[in-house]
Amino acid sequence: MAYKRNIDRLPIIPADARKHNVTCHYCIVGCGYHAYTWPVNKQGGTEPSRNIFGEDLSKQQPAETVAWYAPSMYNIVQQDGRDVHIVIKPDKECEVNSGLGSIRGARMAEMSYSTARNTQQQRLTSPMVWRYGQWQPTSWDDALDLVARVTAQVIKEQGEDGLFVSAFDHGGAGGGYENTWGTGKLYFGAMKIRNIRIHNRPAYNSEVHATRDMGVGELNNCYEDAELADTIVAVGTNALETQTNYFLNHWVPNLRGTSLDKKKSQLPDEPHAAGRIVIVDPRRTVTVNACEAEAGKDKVMHLAINSGTDLALFNAWFTYIDEQGWTDKDFIAKSGADYDAAIAANKTSLEDAARITGLTVDQIRQSAAWIAEPKDGKRRRTMFSYEKGLIWGNDNYRTNGALVNVALATGNIGREGGGCVRMGGHQEGYVRPGDSHVGRPAAYVDRLLIEGKGGVHHIWACDHYKTTLNALRFKQTYKKRTDMVKDAMSSVPYGDRAAMVNAIMDAIRKGGLFAVDVDIVPTQIGQACHVWLPAATSGEMNLTSMNGERRMRLTERYMDPPGQSMPDCLIAARIANHLERVFTEMGDATYAANFKGFDWKTDEDAFMDGYNKNAGGGEHVTYERLRAMGTNGFQEPAVAFKDGKIVGTKRLYTDGKFGAKDGKAHFMATAWRGLQAPGKDEQKAKFKYLINNGRTNHVWQNAYLDQQNDFVMDRWPYPFIDMNPDDMKELGVREGDLVEVFNDDGSTQAMVYPTPSARKGETFMLFAYPSGVMGNVINDGVNEFIIPNYKQTWADIRKIADAPEGVKALTFKSQEFSVG
Amino acid sequence: MKRCDKLAEVGRRRFLSGAFAAAASVPAATLLTERARAATGGARVDYPSNRLANVSELKPNETLEVAYPDDDAPGVLLKLGKRVPGGAGPDGDIVGFSTICPHKGFPLSYNSADKTLNCPGHYSRFDCEAGGQQVWGQATQNLPQYTLRVDDKGDIYAEGVDELLYGRLSNVL
Repeated sequence: MAYKRNIDRLPIIPADARKHNVTCHYCIVGCGYHAYTWPVNKQGGTEPSRNIFGEDLSKQQPAETVAWYAPSMYNIVQQDGRDVHIVIKPDKECEVNSGLGSIRGARMAEMSYSTARNTQQQRLTSPMVWRYGQWQPTSWDDALDLVARVTAQVIKEQGEDGLFVSAFDHGGAGGGYENTWGTGKLYFGAMKIRNIRIHNRPAYNSEVHATRDMGVGELNNCYEDAELADTIVAVGTNALETQTNYFLNHWVPNLRGTSLDKKKSQLPDEPHAAGRIVIVDPRRTVTVNACEAEAGKDKVMHLAINSGTDLALFNAWFTYIDEQGWTDKDFIAKSGADYDAAIAANKTSLEDAARITGLTVDQIRQSAAWIAEPKDGKRRRTMFSYEKGLIWGNDNYRTNGALVNVALATGNIGREGGGCVRMGGHQEGYVRPGDSHVGRPAAYVDRLLIEGKGGVHHIWACDHYKTTLNALRFKQTYKKRTDMVKDAMSSVPYGDRAAMVNAIMDAIRKGGLFAVDVDIVPTQIGQACHVWLPAATSGEMNLTSMNGERRMRLTERYMDPPGQSMPDCLIAARIANHLERVFTEMGDATYAANFKGFDWKTDEDAFMDGYNKNAGGGEHVTYERLRAMGTNGFQEPAVAFKDGKIVGTKRLYTDGKFGAKDGKAHFMATAWRGLQAPGKDEQKAKFKYLINNGRTNHVWQNAYLDQQNDFVMDRWPYPFIDMNPDDMKELGVREGDLVEVFNDDGSTQAMVYPTPSARKGETFMLFAYPSGVMGNVINDGVNEFIIPNYKQTWADIRKIADAPEGVKALTFKSQEFSVG
Repeated sequence: MKRCDKLAEVGRRRFLSGAFAAAASVPAATLLTERARAATGGARVDYPSNRLANVSELKPNETLEVAYPDDDAPGVLLKLGKRVPGGAGPDGDIVGFSTICPHKGFPLSYNSADKTLNCPGHYSRFDCEAGGQQVWGQATQNLPQYTLRVDDKGDIYAEGVDELLYGRLSNVL
């Protein structure tokens, strides 16, 4: 039986409830919400005067009402030390989501820490250390002293390259401007750490180097452009499931034709029609289905390319559009550079592209026309979007560049209805001291750890065990190295700090690794660590971030952090304070002085030290001003503060000036070179099934909170693997059966989900799930800038077991909306 | 009252754009049944025991429009032809569900081919054979299902709902 809460009524928000601005802390879209709180012994009533909505709640409310909230939007949490009711519900006035809440964001309240209602009891509430062979709570000072002493000793012996760091670089939960600054000032300001990586990849690098190198920042348009475009091109992005309300609130109106009035009024001098869409994805996703339902199949072109061949398609588009004379010659002349060289280097015939991609010549020709063929003599407006299918796909750098080539050639950057943008995963929220010392290519941190390098590892909201490549090998080595230190720690009394540090250092000299995990929950990699430092998350602290159209908002603190947990920025500051003290004690006053400037007491202190002083336009931005800007905020960069409002920037590059040193946008030579990453060709030749991989609608990120949510775990107790029914027959498996996915790099498990729309031999597995880590079977091949290639993975499959008991109640029906 | 399974005929896209969407958003003007009142201090609301239909009125895999716990709460009864979670009657195959989508309150439409209820608003779909589990969608709860009782005469009574209904903060108004 499906999970049911059996909640048949909820407390009503009283008219005088406190209201806080909230931006959803999960995905890039950053939907606007409000958190309402009121004392636990009070409640509103159904009479209009007794509730916040001013509505008669004794009556049924209509569709899309603001005067309703789901049980998932309700909880009881602590605020200033007292229990309060909380409702976190979507804001209809927010331009991003217009009141829509997704299956992920609309559970923020239920996913909050509550002792009263037993939610998220996994949250870390005290610093924990490995003591007497198990995890034990300790004080902040004790934990930080141990961290500082071991870290300082490792730096003394190995230099700063002995300190390895894994740290978020994004916005939203486990990130945000305050926290990227806090960690950044520690590792790039006080120190110059080179062996550092980001949460979802094994190095410190951009996922979109190419577009930046071309002078085109990757978030260059606004969400409204999706309503204005004649054609949307969606590459490797399943927006309905991963940028849900951007898709529903801004793409669908265009496909449905309901944004026509907006097109006519904003762009009066050209013909308009309902939008078309070109979707490049080897898999038929629910996004494809929804687009067909809204626009009609004749307005949707799903280009189901051979996995990893996007580059050849883009080069063919570029070539064909140039040959047809559909380029924006004035734009290229004024703003472009290196066009002729790129055209020559990338020349790809329709026939060659068809052979490589598996598409027909007609499909490529027709999609190019949808992108660039003028409409009654006017330039067609096309918005290009891409995400992990490209970013984690074959030959990331060149493929990214090849798509930007097409967008630039057609004059679609800096104009209404255009843009060439990544869709994004997390929100953004990056402000740090310069990182040029990291170098390019950056260090392949996971490989160095496997090779035994480094003595101490600081981990900030990362879980390599779930979200890296070559994950099985990584885990085997990491456990071995950290176990050496655990065994050493068990050999001396905990209270003898000098003996403890000596024992740890002895183990490190023998190849051991001391690991410190800063996180909100005990992660899988955390199990291997020696110290856990409990962090606060969004809403438990004031937190700023920006979304996929650079819209910056402040989420106001609406509840207390669990127990002794603290914002990451303050944890970083306290680590710096302790390092200063320890280095001083060690007699190195000069080095100790590097750790000055961390006297922050609050999240706002970190914000003012970081964003306000260091971000472009940051001087116009304060907490007070952001509060007044509410859930709509402003679009970065800020350019002024005028009439009580921060003035932002709706689109980038509207003046035709781009980000390269010469102010131009540079076209890039991006010749096709097959499967680029080492080991991919061999894997493909040897193993039968493509193990394509990615996200699903119910789950946020690696399920770090969802793993304790009954509603989600009821649906997905195990990661699914979508499989063609003919493949299932050959393998002798039925729906819900557990199968092993294995190759020479590792093995993992998944639950069979029959998927008639899946092509034979091409499966799709949920990525980064706790009960079956897909990364175990991804080989360690990366591109020239250490960007991993998760998507192109091949493996064999065999049955492990019939569907376990917990799976028998699940539905295995098609996930495609259909009225029959 | 909003009816769900006529939607396909009306034209889904017409429903989504313009006039019909507005019509669907108009709150019902009057309460047509007596309000059930919760007992003072009860931990749950008291659900009325309402006769919705007789078994003889059900045709296999066809919806029978009902409303529960009052006329502003549309739903369906279904005879699915196989024993399912929450199923009532001699064959354990009679189920009842709310047909207001728990995401944003749009009326659901029955797909008899795979026995799911589908929402034209944001593409959510719920499996009538799996306790209303959301196969895919944006609701943060599975579909509210009725607790059904079938008496000796074949009369089908609804006596409870297992999730909060969209658009009301108490299942019984």
